[in-house]
Amino acid sequence: MVNIKENSIKYIFLLSGLLSIFILLGIFYLLFSNSYPALRDVGIKAFFSRGYWNPTAYSVPQYSILNLIKGTFMVGAGSLLFVVPLGVACAAYLAEVAAPREREIFKPVIEILAGIPSVVLGFFGLVVVAPLLSRIFGLPNGINALNGSILVGIMALPTVISLAEDAISAVPQEYRHASLALGATRWQTLKNVTVPAALSGILAASLLGMGRAIGETITVLMATGNALADPSSFLDSVRTLSANIAIEMGEVPRGSLHFHSLFVVGLVLFLITFIVNLLADIIFNRYREGV
Amino acid sequence: MKEPVKLKDKDFVPFKEEKPNSSRAVVYYDKKSNEMGKRPSRKEKVRAEKLTFYYGTKQALQNINLDIIANEVTALIGPSGCGKTTFLRIINRMNDLISGSKVEGNVFIDGDDIYHPDVDVVELRRRVGLVFQQPNPFPKTIYENVAYGPRIHGIRKKAYLDEIVEESLKQAALWDEVKDRLKDSALSLSGGQQQRLCIARVLAVRPEVLLMDEPTSALDPVATQRIEDLIGTLAANYTIIIVTHNMQQAARISDTTAFFLLGEMVEQGKTSQIFTRPRDRRTEEYITGRFG
Ligand SMILES: Nc1ncnc2c1ncn2[C@@H]1O[C@H](COP(=O)(O)OP(=O)(O)O)[C@@H](O)[C@H]1O
Ligand SMILES: [Mg+2]
Repeated sequence: MVNIKENSIKYIFLLSGLLSIFILLGIFYLLFSNSYPALRDVGIKAFFSRGYWNPTAYSVPQYSILNLIKGTFMVGAGSLLFVVPLGVACAAYLAEVAAPREREIFKPVIEILAGIPSVVLGFFGLVVVAPLLSRIFGLPNGINALNGSILVGIMALPTVISLAEDAISAVPQEYRHASLALGATRWQTLKNVTVPAALSGILAASLLGMGRAIGETITVLMATGNALADPSSFLDSVRTLSANIAIEMGEVPRGSLHFHSLFVVGLVLFLITFIVNLLADIIFNRYREGV
Repeated sequence: MKEPVKLKDKDFVPFKEEKPNSSRAVVYYDKKSNEMGKRPSRKEKVRAEKLTFYYGTKQALQNINLDIIANEVTALIGPSGCGKTTFLRIINRMNDLISGSKVEGNVFIDGDDIYHPDVDVVELRRRVGLVFQQPNPFPKTIYENVAYGPRIHGIRKKAYLDEIVEESLKQAALWDEVKDRLKDSALSLSGGQQQRLCIARVLAVRPEVLLMDEPTSALDPVATQRIEDLIGTLAANYTIIIVTHNMQQAARISDTTAFFLLGEMVEQGKTSQIFTRPRDRRTEEYITGRFG
């Protein structure tokens, strides 16, 4: 009797595991089969050679997605630049310093932050952050890569904080005690023992945050200006892969070359997020073994 | 203790030289004969006076009076839950970390009250090292484990750190086994090696008192033997207080034994006396019960 129950539970887990693999492969197949006509007719090289994204040009359509990739990475990496230190500091505070009462206040606040609809964040970027940036840097407007980075950072922050906090809390108490017993202060213990021991988890958290940032669409679309030009700094307008799909997919004729090349953009985005997540996983497992 | 001192490079004197006013130095007497009389003076290093301790409302220690003599090995024995660990952790104030805990009475080291408000707890913990029951090396390299203490106490010079690491590992009888793999993870060592590494890590900050909480309870007999030998040699330079569950171990390695029961210190005396002619009936019952 017990055996039947145990076995059926096992199979349910196995089934849901298989299902998620199946869905993943299904999405990959969908992207690839829809990209194929474009890859065949335009050629992979056209997507990755110098130039612009302009499939609807009258004379010679261009399909280069290099500027889009660059914009995506600028927004993603830019957000990491301030999310990682901020997220880790918050996580360390919550895990190590905060009194239970403070934690009870902060945790729900962070969860609410995670629940803000991305459209609303986009508004926030347009009316608050962008004017601020234009004032600070003396620009005509603040609709640029930096604005996108800040907003995506705000979106990724809750993920990074909660995963990094898990990692820090998972550091065995014995390490802290050993350090304190040697005469280390709480701060020295946190900096030299606890955070390094949690480093794998923190790196993984940051990468997952970045994975999320890279795929983020609507906020970025509202915040970055979506120019197709080659950005030369964070104060330039950029267009990301995901924003590009969202902007054009609604108007493109189904089945056209343009339609299929948007799937190529999606495929590239998918591969990038996949690799980033894989990296997070590898780091997590590698460092968990110790040192 | 009166004025908190910050440590600098110059305060760490290499082991070969002797610290000017160090209280540790010479082996005074023949361990095996346990002849206290040959010792010029039996200076007390640690003294507990009317010590009572609470975890919240739960009383864990009651009115403990205990003297611990410098450069001796003092064993604390008694059944599980009688307060041995609690007593040990009071001496380097690790119990400060437990919220709601309360100390009454006094603990003196070299005559200074360690619970006086002016005491620098960081400096106290450097002077009073603690070796835990479970080996707990950091997930860092062997070298970094030993260098950790000196580093946080302000030693930066690589040559100095190298010297401290080597001396400490030698003192902990681990050097020969690890000298070619200092850059390896400490977690790659065996349990017994890890415990000696933890001892080396404590020795690296040059403590005066060494507290050991059942340091061999997680180890096999061979590793236990090595740690016991080590304790014997360390007693020349340190005042050692060891908690042990194992009465044969107490008999083998200690000079003085104190028997705890239900939060009270029932009896303290020379180890040979405690194990052959205990004064208190409860001590006798505990010892004979265990020896069978
Ligand atoms: N952190 C704690 N909080 C509350 N009670 C504790 C705590 N640690 C130990 N105790 C209690 O204090 C008593 C003495 O414990 P301990 O000093 O660990 O005994 P021993 O080391 O002799 O086995 C026990 O009854 C134990 O349950
Ligand atoms: Mg104990």
